[in-house]
Amino acid sequence: MLQYSEKVIKQFRDMTNNGRIENADGVGKVGNPVCGDVMWIYIKVKDDIITDCKFETFGCVAAIATSSLATELVIGKSVEEALQVSNKRIVDLLGGLPVEKHHCSVLAEDGIKKAIEDYRSRVKK
Amino acid sequence: MAEIYYLDNNATTRTDPAVIEAMAPYFGEKYFNASSIYSSAQYVRKDIEAAREEAAKFINADPKEVIFTSGGTESDNFAIKGIAYANSDKGRHIITSKIEHPAVLETCRYLEKNGWEITYLNVDKYGMVSPDELKKAIRKDTVLISIMYANNEIGTIEPIEEIGAIAREAGIYFHTDAVQVAGKIPIDVKKLNVDMLSLAAHKFHGPKGIGLFYLKKGVRIHSISQGGHQERSKRSGTENVPAIIGMAKACEIAGEHLKDTAGMAEIKALRDALEKGLLEKIPDIIINGHPEKRIDNTLNVCVKHIEGEAMLIHLDFDGICVSSGSACASGSLEPSHVLLALGLPHEIAHGSIRFSFSKYNTAADVKKVLEVMPGIVEKLRKMSPMWNERDKK
Repeated sequence: MLQYSEKVIKQFRDMTNNGRIENADGVGKVGNPVCGDVMWIYIKVKDDIITDCKFETFGCVAAIATSSLATELVIGKSVEEALQVSNKRIVDLLGGLPVEKHHCSVLAEDGIKKAIEDYRSRVKK
Repeated sequence: MAEIYYLDNNATTRTDPAVIEAMAPYFGEKYFNASSIYSSAQYVRKDIEAAREEAAKFINADPKEVIFTSGGTESDNFAIKGIAYANSDKGRHIITSKIEHPAVLETCRYLEKNGWEITYLNVDKYGMVSPDELKKAIRKDTVLISIMYANNEIGTIEPIEEIGAIAREAGIYFHTDAVQVAGKIPIDVKKLNVDMLSLAAHKFHGPKGIGLFYLKKGVRIHSISQGGHQERSKRSGTENVPAIIGMAKACEIAGEHLKDTAGMAEIKALRDALEKGLLEKIPDIIINGHPEKRIDNTLNVCVKHIEGEAMLIHLDFDGICVSSGSACASGSLEPSHVLLALGLPHEIAHGSIRFSFSKYNTAADVKKVLEVMPGIVEKLRKMSPMWNERDKK
Protein backbone atom coordinates (compact mmCIF):
# COMPACT_ATOMS: atom_id res chain seq x y z
CA MET A 1 0.00 0.00 0.00
CA LEU A 2 1.29 3.41 -0.93
CA GLN A 3 1.60 6.32 1.41
CA TYR A 4 -0.32 9.43 0.43
CA SER A 5 0.25 12.92 1.77
CA GLU A 6 -2.51 14.50 3.83
CA LYS A 7 -3.13 16.94 0.99
CA VAL A 8 -3.78 14.10 -1.46
CA ILE A 9 -6.24 12.47 0.92
CA LYS A 10 -7.93 15.80 1.58
CA GLN A 11 -8.24 16.58 -2.14
CA PHE A 12 -9.67 13.09 -2.66
CA ARG A 13 -12.09 13.37 0.22
CA ASP A 14 -13.30 16.89 -0.57
CA MET A 15 -13.02 16.63 -4.33
CA THR A 16 -14.68 19.29 -6.43
CA ASN A 17 -15.73 19.51 -10.06
CA ASN A 18 -16.52 15.84 -10.53
CA GLY A 19 -19.15 15.08 -13.14
CA ARG A 20 -19.64 15.94 -16.77
CA ILE A 21 -20.49 19.15 -18.60
CA GLU A 22 -23.24 18.68 -21.15
CA ASN A 23 -22.48 20.72 -24.28
CA ALA A 24 -18.85 21.18 -23.29
CA ASP A 25 -16.66 23.23 -25.63
CA GLY A 26 -13.85 20.72 -25.39
CA VAL A 27 -13.39 17.20 -24.05
CA GLY A 28 -10.06 15.51 -23.34
CA LYS A 29 -10.14 11.72 -23.00
CA VAL A 30 -6.95 10.13 -21.72
CA GLY A 31 -5.86 6.90 -20.06
CA ASN A 32 -6.71 3.27 -20.51
CA PRO A 33 -8.96 1.04 -18.39
CA VAL A 34 -6.43 -1.81 -18.66
CA CYS A 35 -3.91 0.33 -16.76
CA GLY A 36 -6.55 1.24 -14.21
CA ASP A 37 -6.99 4.93 -14.95
CA VAL A 38 -9.19 6.80 -17.37
CA MET A 39 -9.77 10.57 -17.19
CA TRP A 40 -12.23 12.61 -19.16
CA ILE A 41 -11.83 16.36 -18.76
CA TYR A 42 -14.59 18.73 -19.88
CA ILE A 43 -14.13 22.49 -20.42
CA LYS A 44 -16.44 25.39 -21.05
CA VAL A 45 -14.74 28.39 -22.72
CA LYS A 46 -15.98 31.93 -23.12
CA ASP A 47 -13.90 34.74 -24.63
CA ASP A 48 -10.84 32.54 -24.41
CA ILE A 49 -11.33 32.06 -20.65
CA ILE A 50 -12.08 28.63 -19.17
CA THR A 51 -15.29 29.32 -17.27
CA ASP A 52 -15.93 25.77 -16.11
CA CYS A 53 -14.06 22.50 -15.97
CA LYS A 54 -15.21 19.09 -14.75
CA PHE A 55 -13.81 15.60 -14.73
CA GLU A 56 -14.91 11.99 -14.82
CA THR A 57 -12.27 9.58 -13.62
CA PHE A 58 -12.03 5.82 -13.27
CA GLY A 59 -9.00 5.32 -11.13
CA CYS A 60 -7.23 5.33 -7.82
CA VAL A 61 -6.97 7.98 -5.13
CA ALA A 62 -4.09 9.73 -6.93
CA ALA A 63 -5.92 9.76 -10.26
CA ILE A 64 -9.02 11.27 -8.69
CA ALA A 65 -7.11 13.81 -6.59
CA THR A 66 -4.96 14.98 -9.51
CA SER A 67 -7.90 15.32 -11.88
CA SER A 68 -9.87 17.24 -9.29
CA LEU A 69 -6.98 19.61 -8.57
CA ALA A 70 -6.25 20.11 -12.28
CA THR A 71 -9.83 21.26 -12.88
CA GLU A 72 -9.56 23.73 -9.99
CA LEU A 73 -6.31 25.11 -11.39
CA VAL A 74 -7.61 25.91 -14.87
CA ILE A 75 -10.98 27.45 -14.05
CA GLY A 76 -10.75 31.21 -14.60
CA LYS A 77 -7.54 30.95 -16.60
CA SER A 78 -7.10 31.79 -20.25
CA VAL A 79 -6.65 28.85 -22.58
CA GLU A 80 -3.00 29.77 -23.04
CA GLU A 81 -2.44 29.95 -19.25
CA ALA A 82 -4.19 26.62 -18.75
CA LEU A 83 -1.74 25.01 -21.14
CA GLN A 84 1.04 26.01 -18.77
CA VAL A 85 -0.36 23.92 -15.87
CA SER A 86 2.24 21.20 -15.53
CA ASN A 87 2.11 17.85 -13.83
CA LYS A 88 4.97 19.02 -11.64
CA ARG A 89 2.86 21.89 -10.32
CA ILE A 90 0.02 19.46 -9.58
CA VAL A 91 2.36 17.14 -7.69
CA ASP A 92 3.87 20.05 -5.73
CA LEU A 93 0.48 21.41 -4.73
CA LEU A 94 -0.51 17.96 -3.50
CA GLY A 95 2.52 17.80 -1.25
CA GLY A 96 4.11 15.12 -3.43
CA LEU A 97 2.91 11.82 -4.84
CA PRO A 98 4.41 8.35 -4.53
CA VAL A 99 6.76 7.74 -7.49
CA GLU A 100 4.46 5.02 -8.86
CA LYS A 101 1.71 7.62 -9.01
CA HIS A 102 3.44 10.35 -10.98
CA HIS A 103 1.82 9.06 -14.17
CA CYS A 104 -1.54 10.11 -12.71
CA SER A 105 -0.43 13.75 -12.62
CA VAL A 106 0.88 13.43 -16.18
CA LEU A 107 -2.51 12.08 -17.15
CA ALA A 108 -4.23 15.10 -15.58
CA GLU A 109 -1.96 17.50 -17.50
CA ASP A 110 -2.58 15.57 -20.72
CA GLY A 111 -6.32 15.58 -20.09
CA ILE A 112 -6.38 19.38 -19.85
CA LYS A 113 -4.22 19.72 -22.98
CA LYS A 114 -6.41 17.31 -24.93
CA ALA A 115 -9.55 19.17 -23.89
CA ILE A 116 -8.02 22.46 -25.09
CA GLU A 117 -6.88 20.80 -28.31
CA ASP A 118 -10.42 19.58 -28.85
CA TYR A 119 -11.79 23.06 -28.14
CA ARG A 120 -9.38 24.68 -30.62
CA SER A 121 -10.19 22.18 -33.35
CA ARG A 122 -13.89 22.92 -32.90
CA VAL A 123 -13.33 26.70 -33.02
CA LYS A 124 -11.39 26.40 -36.30
CA LYS A 125 -14.37 24.68 -37.91
CA MET B 1 -9.71 6.82 18.45
CA ALA B 2 -12.70 6.38 16.19
CA GLU B 3 -14.32 2.99 15.94
CA ILE B 4 -12.50 0.42 13.82
CA TYR B 5 -14.22 -2.26 11.78
CA TYR B 6 -11.39 -4.67 11.11
CA LEU B 7 -12.09 -6.89 8.11
CA ASP B 8 -8.56 -7.59 6.94
CA ASN B 9 -7.81 -10.76 8.89
CA ASN B 10 -6.04 -12.41 5.95
CA ALA B 11 -3.44 -9.65 6.28
CA THR B 12 -3.03 -10.14 10.00
CA THR B 13 -5.15 -10.85 13.06
CA ARG B 14 -5.46 -9.30 16.45
CA THR B 15 -3.20 -11.06 18.95
CA ASP B 16 -5.26 -13.01 21.48
CA PRO B 17 -4.83 -11.49 24.98
CA ALA B 18 -4.06 -14.99 26.34
CA VAL B 19 -1.17 -15.17 23.85
CA ILE B 20 0.24 -11.85 25.05
CA GLU B 21 -0.06 -13.04 28.64
CA ALA B 22 1.76 -16.28 27.87
CA MET B 23 4.60 -14.40 26.19
CA ALA B 24 5.17 -11.74 28.82
CA PRO B 25 7.43 -13.70 31.24
CA TYR B 26 9.85 -14.50 28.40
CA PHE B 27 10.56 -10.81 27.90
CA GLY B 28 11.12 -10.55 31.66
CA GLU B 29 12.39 -13.04 34.19
CA LYS B 30 12.67 -15.90 31.68
CA TYR B 31 15.12 -14.09 29.43
CA PHE B 32 17.75 -16.85 29.28
CA ASN B 33 19.34 -18.22 26.15
CA ALA B 34 17.93 -21.72 25.83
CA SER B 35 21.31 -23.01 24.63
CA SER B 36 23.05 -22.13 27.91
CA ILE B 37 23.80 -24.97 30.28
CA TYR B 38 22.81 -23.62 33.72
CA SER B 39 19.49 -24.73 35.12
CA SER B 40 17.63 -21.40 34.64
CA ALA B 41 18.27 -21.60 30.92
CA GLN B 42 17.37 -25.26 30.81
CA TYR B 43 13.88 -24.43 32.07
CA VAL B 44 13.51 -22.17 29.03
CA ARG B 45 14.71 -25.03 26.80
CA LYS B 46 12.00 -27.23 28.31
CA ASP B 47 9.38 -24.55 27.61
CA ILE B 48 10.50 -24.31 23.98
CA GLU B 49 10.21 -28.07 23.57
CA ALA B 50 6.75 -28.05 25.15
CA ALA B 51 5.81 -25.30 22.69
CA ARG B 52 7.11 -27.45 19.85
CA GLU B 53 4.87 -30.29 21.00
CA GLU B 54 1.86 -27.99 21.09
CA ALA B 55 2.64 -26.67 17.58
CA ALA B 56 3.19 -30.23 16.29
CA LYS B 57 -0.15 -31.32 17.71
CA PHE B 58 -1.85 -28.48 15.82
CA ILE B 59 -0.84 -30.02 12.48
CA ASN B 60 -0.65 -33.69 13.58
CA ALA B 61 3.12 -33.87 13.17
CA ASP B 62 5.93 -35.31 15.27
CA PRO B 63 7.61 -32.53 17.33
CA LYS B 64 10.92 -33.42 15.67
CA GLU B 65 9.37 -32.38 12.38
CA VAL B 66 8.65 -28.82 13.52
CA ILE B 67 11.16 -26.05 12.83
CA PHE B 68 10.53 -22.54 14.15
CA THR B 69 11.08 -19.78 11.58
CA SER B 70 10.28 -16.09 11.35
CA GLY B 71 7.04 -16.71 9.46
CA GLY B 72 5.41 -17.73 6.21
CA THR B 73 7.87 -16.04 3.87
CA GLU B 74 10.90 -17.64 5.48
CA SER B 75 9.22 -21.06 5.57
CA ASP B 76 8.36 -20.82 1.86
CA ASN B 77 11.91 -19.73 1.00
CA PHE B 78 13.26 -22.58 3.12
CA ALA B 79 11.17 -25.21 1.34
CA ILE B 80 11.84 -24.05 -2.20
CA LYS B 81 15.51 -23.08 -2.05
CA GLY B 82 16.33 -25.81 0.44
CA ILE B 83 14.94 -28.56 -1.80
CA ALA B 84 16.30 -27.00 -4.99
CA TYR B 85 19.87 -26.74 -3.66
CA ALA B 86 19.92 -30.15 -1.99
CA ASN B 87 18.49 -32.03 -4.97
CA SER B 88 20.04 -30.30 -7.98
CA ASP B 89 21.87 -33.54 -8.83
CA LYS B 90 18.46 -35.15 -9.40
CA GLY B 91 16.97 -32.34 -11.42
CA ARG B 92 16.22 -28.65 -11.64
CA HIS B 93 12.50 -28.53 -12.38
CA ILE B 94 9.85 -27.20 -9.99
CA ILE B 95 6.06 -27.10 -10.39
CA THR B 96 3.96 -24.42 -8.75
CA SER B 97 0.82 -22.43 -9.62
CA LYS B 98 0.17 -18.95 -10.98
CA ILE B 99 -1.77 -17.89 -7.88
CA GLU B 100 0.82 -18.59 -5.18
CA HIS B 101 1.79 -16.00 -2.60
CA PRO B 102 4.75 -13.81 -3.68
CA ALA B 103 6.89 -15.64 -1.08
CA VAL B 104 6.62 -18.72 -3.32
CA LEU B 105 6.40 -17.03 -6.73
CA GLU B 106 9.35 -14.69 -6.23
CA THR B 107 11.49 -17.48 -4.77
CA CYS B 108 10.73 -19.56 -7.86
CA ARG B 109 11.57 -16.62 -10.13
CA TYR B 110 14.85 -16.19 -8.28
CA LEU B 111 15.71 -19.83 -8.94
CA GLU B 112 14.61 -19.44 -12.56
CA LYS B 113 17.28 -16.76 -13.00
CA ASN B 114 19.80 -19.17 -11.56
CA GLY B 115 19.30 -22.13 -13.85
CA TRP B 116 16.15 -23.84 -12.58
CA GLU B 117 13.06 -24.38 -14.72
CA ILE B 118 9.66 -23.59 -13.25
CA THR B 119 6.22 -24.64 -14.46
CA TYR B 120 3.52 -22.22 -13.30
CA LEU B 121 0.22 -24.12 -13.50
CA ASN B 122 -2.93 -22.35 -14.67
CA VAL B 123 -6.04 -22.32 -12.53
CA ASP B 124 -9.71 -22.37 -13.53
CA LYS B 125 -12.09 -19.43 -13.10
CA TYR B 126 -12.51 -20.29 -9.42
CA GLY B 127 -8.78 -20.45 -8.79
CA MET B 128 -8.55 -24.26 -8.66
CA VAL B 129 -5.41 -26.11 -9.72
CA SER B 130 -6.19 -29.18 -11.82
CA PRO B 131 -4.57 -32.40 -10.54
CA ASP B 132 -4.63 -33.72 -14.13
CA GLU B 133 -2.69 -30.73 -15.43
CA LEU B 134 -0.27 -31.18 -12.58
CA LYS B 135 0.28 -34.82 -13.55
CA LYS B 136 1.03 -33.78 -17.12
CA ALA B 137 3.57 -31.21 -15.93
CA ILE B 138 5.65 -33.78 -14.02
CA ARG B 139 9.00 -34.54 -15.65
CA LYS B 140 11.90 -36.85 -14.87
CA ASP B 141 13.84 -33.93 -13.43
CA THR B 142 11.00 -32.52 -11.30
CA VAL B 143 12.23 -32.23 -7.70
CA LEU B 144 9.51 -30.18 -6.04
CA ILE B 145 5.81 -29.36 -6.25
CA SER B 146 4.64 -26.34 -4.26
CA ILE B 147 0.92 -25.55 -4.22
CA MET B 148 -0.81 -23.39 -1.62
CA TYR B 149 -3.49 -24.90 0.62
CA ALA B 150 -5.82 -21.91 0.31
CA ASN B 151 -5.38 -18.68 -1.58
CA ASN B 152 -4.93 -15.53 0.48
CA GLU B 153 -6.85 -13.21 -1.87
CA ILE B 154 -9.86 -15.27 -2.91
CA GLY B 155 -9.87 -18.09 -0.34
CA THR B 156 -10.13 -20.99 -2.80
CA ILE B 157 -9.05 -24.28 -1.19
CA GLU B 158 -6.82 -26.41 -3.42
CA PRO B 159 -7.07 -30.23 -3.63
CA ILE B 160 -3.97 -30.72 -1.50
CA GLU B 161 -4.63 -34.30 -0.49
CA GLU B 162 -5.02 -35.35 -4.11
CA ILE B 163 -1.94 -33.40 -5.23
CA GLY B 164 -0.02 -34.89 -2.31
CA ALA B 165 -0.92 -38.41 -3.43
CA ILE B 166 0.23 -37.65 -6.97
CA ALA B 167 3.52 -36.23 -5.69
CA ARG B 168 4.10 -39.20 -3.43
CA GLU B 169 3.44 -41.70 -6.20
CA ALA B 170 5.86 -39.86 -8.49
CA GLY B 171 8.48 -39.66 -5.72
CA ILE B 172 8.56 -35.85 -5.80
CA TYR B 173 8.76 -33.64 -2.72
CA PHE B 174 5.58 -31.68 -2.01
CA HIS B 175 5.34 -28.39 -0.13
CA THR B 176 2.19 -26.46 0.72
CA ASP B 177 1.87 -22.89 1.95
CA ALA B 178 -0.89 -23.31 4.54
CA VAL B 179 -0.61 -19.80 5.96
CA GLN B 180 -4.24 -18.88 5.19
CA VAL B 181 -5.65 -22.18 6.43
CA ALA B 182 -4.34 -22.28 10.00
CA GLY B 183 -7.19 -21.82 12.43
CA LYS B 184 -9.77 -22.07 9.63
CA ILE B 185 -9.58 -25.78 8.72
CA PRO B 186 -7.92 -28.49 10.86
CA ILE B 187 -4.51 -29.31 9.36
CA ASP B 188 -3.31 -32.91 9.28
CA VAL B 189 0.04 -33.28 7.55
CA LYS B 190 -0.24 -37.07 7.49
CA LYS B 191 -3.58 -37.06 5.74
CA LEU B 192 -2.43 -34.38 3.30
CA ASN B 193 0.60 -36.34 2.06
CA VAL B 194 2.81 -33.26 2.38
CA ASP B 195 6.56 -33.27 2.98
CA MET B 196 6.71 -29.62 3.95
CA LEU B 197 4.21 -27.03 5.14
CA SER B 198 4.45 -23.32 6.03
CA LEU B 199 2.53 -21.48 8.76
CA ALA B 200 2.64 -17.97 10.23
CA ALA B 201 1.40 -17.35 13.77
CA HIS B 202 0.04 -13.84 13.21
CA LYS B 203 -2.65 -15.17 10.85
CA PHE B 204 -4.31 -17.04 13.72
CA HIS B 205 -4.11 -14.57 16.60
CA GLY B 206 -0.48 -15.30 17.42
CA PRO B 207 2.45 -12.87 17.40
CA LYS B 208 4.15 -11.53 14.26
CA GLY B 209 7.65 -12.60 13.28
CA ILE B 210 7.21 -16.27 14.12
CA GLY B 211 6.21 -19.17 11.94
CA LEU B 212 6.46 -22.85 11.60
CA PHE B 213 8.06 -25.01 8.98
CA TYR B 214 6.93 -28.61 8.96
CA LEU B 215 9.67 -30.81 7.57
CA LYS B 216 8.89 -34.48 7.28
CA LYS B 217 11.57 -36.87 8.51
CA GLY B 218 14.00 -37.98 5.83
CA VAL B 219 13.48 -35.09 3.39
CA ARG B 220 16.74 -34.07 1.72
CA ILE B 221 17.00 -30.32 2.25
CA HIS B 222 19.64 -27.62 2.74
CA SER B 223 19.70 -25.48 5.87
CA ILE B 224 18.19 -22.03 5.50
CA SER B 225 20.95 -20.46 7.60
CA GLN B 226 24.37 -21.50 8.78
CA GLY B 227 25.66 -20.76 12.25
CA GLY B 228 24.76 -22.39 15.53
CA HIS B 229 23.12 -25.74 16.02
CA GLN B 230 19.58 -24.47 16.71
CA GLU B 231 16.58 -26.19 15.14
CA ARG B 232 18.65 -29.29 14.43
CA SER B 233 21.12 -27.09 12.50
CA LYS B 234 18.49 -26.51 9.84
CA ARG B 235 17.71 -22.97 10.96
CA SER B 236 20.45 -21.51 13.11
CA GLY B 237 19.98 -18.49 15.34
CA THR B 238 19.05 -17.95 18.97
CA GLU B 239 15.42 -18.91 19.43
CA ASN B 240 12.83 -16.13 19.57
CA VAL B 241 11.50 -17.53 22.83
CA PRO B 242 8.59 -15.15 23.57
CA ALA B 243 7.29 -15.56 20.01
CA ILE B 244 7.65 -19.36 20.10
CA ILE B 245 5.69 -19.50 23.36
CA GLY B 246 3.11 -17.12 21.87
CA MET B 247 2.68 -19.21 18.74
CA ALA B 248 2.21 -22.38 20.80
CA LYS B 249 -0.51 -20.63 22.80
CA ALA B 250 -2.14 -19.47 19.56
CA CYS B 251 -2.02 -23.07 18.26
CA GLU B 252 -3.68 -24.32 21.44
CA ILE B 253 -6.44 -21.70 21.28
CA ALA B 254 -6.99 -22.16 17.52
CA GLY B 255 -7.14 -25.94 17.99
CA GLU B 256 -9.89 -25.51 20.58
CA HIS B 257 -11.72 -22.98 18.44
CA LEU B 258 -11.71 -25.41 15.49
CA LYS B 259 -13.59 -27.90 17.66
CA ASP B 260 -16.15 -25.23 18.55
CA THR B 261 -18.51 -25.76 15.61
CA ALA B 262 -20.84 -22.96 16.67
CA GLY B 263 -17.95 -20.48 16.85
CA MET B 264 -16.65 -21.50 13.43
CA ALA B 265 -20.14 -21.36 11.92
CA GLU B 266 -20.55 -17.82 13.20
CA ILE B 267 -17.58 -16.59 11.15
CA LYS B 268 -19.03 -18.19 8.03
CA ALA B 269 -22.47 -16.74 8.79
CA LEU B 270 -21.02 -13.22 9.01
CA ARG B 271 -19.12 -13.64 5.75
CA ASP B 272 -22.21 -15.04 4.01
CA ALA B 273 -24.39 -12.23 5.34
CA LEU B 274 -22.00 -9.66 3.92
CA GLU B 275 -21.86 -11.46 0.57
CA LYS B 276 -25.63 -11.66 0.35
CA GLY B 277 -26.08 -8.04 1.44
CA LEU B 278 -23.59 -6.70 -1.10
CA LEU B 279 -25.18 -8.70 -3.91
CA GLU B 280 -28.58 -7.31 -2.96
CA LYS B 281 -27.51 -3.69 -2.56
CA ILE B 282 -24.91 -3.20 -5.29
CA PRO B 283 -25.51 -4.03 -8.95
CA ASP B 284 -22.77 -5.30 -11.26
CA ILE B 285 -20.46 -6.98 -8.78
CA ILE B 286 -18.65 -10.29 -9.06
CA ILE B 287 -17.83 -12.65 -6.19
CA ASN B 288 -14.38 -14.18 -6.72
CA GLY B 289 -13.16 -17.58 -5.60
CA HIS B 290 -14.82 -20.96 -5.42
CA PRO B 291 -18.52 -20.91 -4.44
CA GLU B 292 -18.07 -23.80 -1.95
CA LYS B 293 -14.43 -24.77 -1.68
CA ARG B 294 -13.46 -21.50 -0.08
CA ILE B 295 -12.18 -20.72 3.42
CA ASP B 296 -15.14 -19.53 5.45
CA ASN B 297 -13.74 -16.13 6.40
CA THR B 298 -12.90 -14.71 2.97
CA LEU B 299 -14.98 -12.59 0.61
CA ASN B 300 -13.40 -11.11 -2.50
CA VAL B 301 -15.56 -8.85 -4.64
CA CYS B 302 -14.95 -7.04 -7.91
CA VAL B 303 -17.03 -3.90 -8.27
CA LYS B 304 -17.23 -3.14 -11.96
CA HIS B 305 -16.30 0.27 -13.41
CA ILE B 306 -14.52 1.63 -10.35
CA GLU B 307 -11.11 1.12 -8.84
CA GLY B 308 -10.34 -0.75 -5.63
CA GLU B 309 -7.99 1.66 -3.92
CA ALA B 310 -10.46 4.55 -4.17
CA MET B 311 -13.08 2.31 -2.52
CA LEU B 312 -10.59 1.18 0.12
CA ILE B 313 -9.73 4.75 1.15
CA HIS B 314 -13.40 5.72 1.32
CA LEU B 315 -14.07 2.69 3.54
CA ASP B 316 -11.11 3.79 5.65
CA PHE B 317 -12.77 7.20 6.17
CA ASP B 318 -15.53 5.19 7.87
CA GLY B 319 -13.10 3.16 9.95
CA ILE B 320 -13.40 -0.01 7.84
CA CYS B 321 -10.13 -1.84 7.19
CA VAL B 322 -9.99 -3.99 4.02
CA SER B 323 -7.57 -4.91 1.22
CA SER B 324 -7.67 -4.47 -2.52
CA GLY B 325 -6.05 -6.31 -5.40
CA SER B 326 -5.92 -3.20 -7.54
CA ALA B 327 -2.63 -2.14 -9.07
CA CYS B 328 -2.54 0.90 -6.82
CA ALA B 329 -2.97 -1.12 -3.69
CA SER B 330 -0.21 -3.49 -4.71
CA GLY B 331 2.20 -0.68 -5.46
CA SER B 332 2.67 -1.77 -9.07
CA LEU B 333 0.90 -1.03 -12.32
CA GLU B 334 -0.54 -4.52 -12.62
CA PRO B 335 -3.61 -5.62 -10.72
CA SER B 336 -3.53 -8.80 -8.64
CA HIS B 337 -1.82 -11.74 -10.37
CA VAL B 338 -4.41 -13.99 -8.72
CA LEU B 339 -7.41 -12.21 -10.23
CA LEU B 340 -5.73 -12.10 -13.65
CA ALA B 341 -5.06 -15.85 -13.41
CA LEU B 342 -8.82 -16.39 -12.94
CA GLY B 343 -9.23 -14.87 -16.40
CA LEU B 344 -10.69 -11.56 -15.24
CA PRO B 345 -9.94 -8.61 -17.53
CA HIS B 346 -7.59 -5.96 -16.14
CA GLU B 347 -10.27 -3.28 -15.78
CA ILE B 348 -12.40 -5.58 -13.60
CA ALA B 349 -9.45 -6.88 -11.57
CA HIS B 350 -8.61 -3.24 -10.70
CA GLY B 351 -11.95 -3.03 -8.86
CA SER B 352 -11.38 -5.71 -6.26
CA ILE B 353 -11.96 -5.50 -2.52
CA ARG B 354 -11.23 -8.27 -0.01
CA PHE B 355 -13.07 -8.66 3.27
CA SER B 356 -11.67 -11.26 5.68
CA PHE B 357 -13.17 -12.17 9.04
CA SER B 358 -11.97 -13.63 12.33
CA LYS B 359 -13.45 -14.71 15.65
CA TYR B 360 -13.34 -11.08 16.78
CA ASN B 361 -15.83 -9.85 14.16
CA THR B 362 -19.47 -9.28 14.96
CA ALA B 363 -22.70 -8.46 13.14
CA ALA B 364 -21.90 -4.77 13.73
CA ASP B 365 -19.01 -5.02 11.25
CA VAL B 366 -21.25 -6.42 8.54
CA LYS B 367 -23.94 -3.86 9.29
CA LYS B 368 -21.47 -0.99 8.99
CA VAL B 369 -20.12 -2.15 5.61
CA LEU B 370 -23.62 -2.64 4.24
CA GLU B 371 -24.52 0.84 5.46
CA VAL B 372 -21.69 2.72 3.80
CA MET B 373 -20.48 0.62 0.87
CA PRO B 374 -23.44 1.17 -1.51
CA GLY B 375 -23.06 4.94 -1.16
CA ILE B 376 -19.30 4.79 -1.79
CA VAL B 377 -19.80 2.68 -4.90
CA GLU B 378 -22.50 5.00 -6.17
CA LYS B 379 -20.37 8.07 -5.61
CA LEU B 380 -17.36 6.60 -7.42
CA ARG B 381 -19.45 5.16 -10.24
CA LYS B 382 -21.16 8.48 -10.79
CA MET B 383 -17.81 10.01 -11.66
CA SER B 384 -16.48 7.04 -13.64
CA PRO B 385 -16.58 7.37 -17.43
CA MET B 386 -16.57 3.56 -17.59
CA TRP B 387 -19.82 3.41 -15.63
CA ASN B 388 -21.46 6.30 -17.45
CA GLU B 389 -20.63 4.78 -20.83
CA ARG B 390 -21.45 1.17 -19.92
CA ASP B 391 -24.69 0.96 -21.92
CA LYS B 392 -23.31 2.62 -25.02
CA LYS B 393 -21.06 -0.25 -26.04
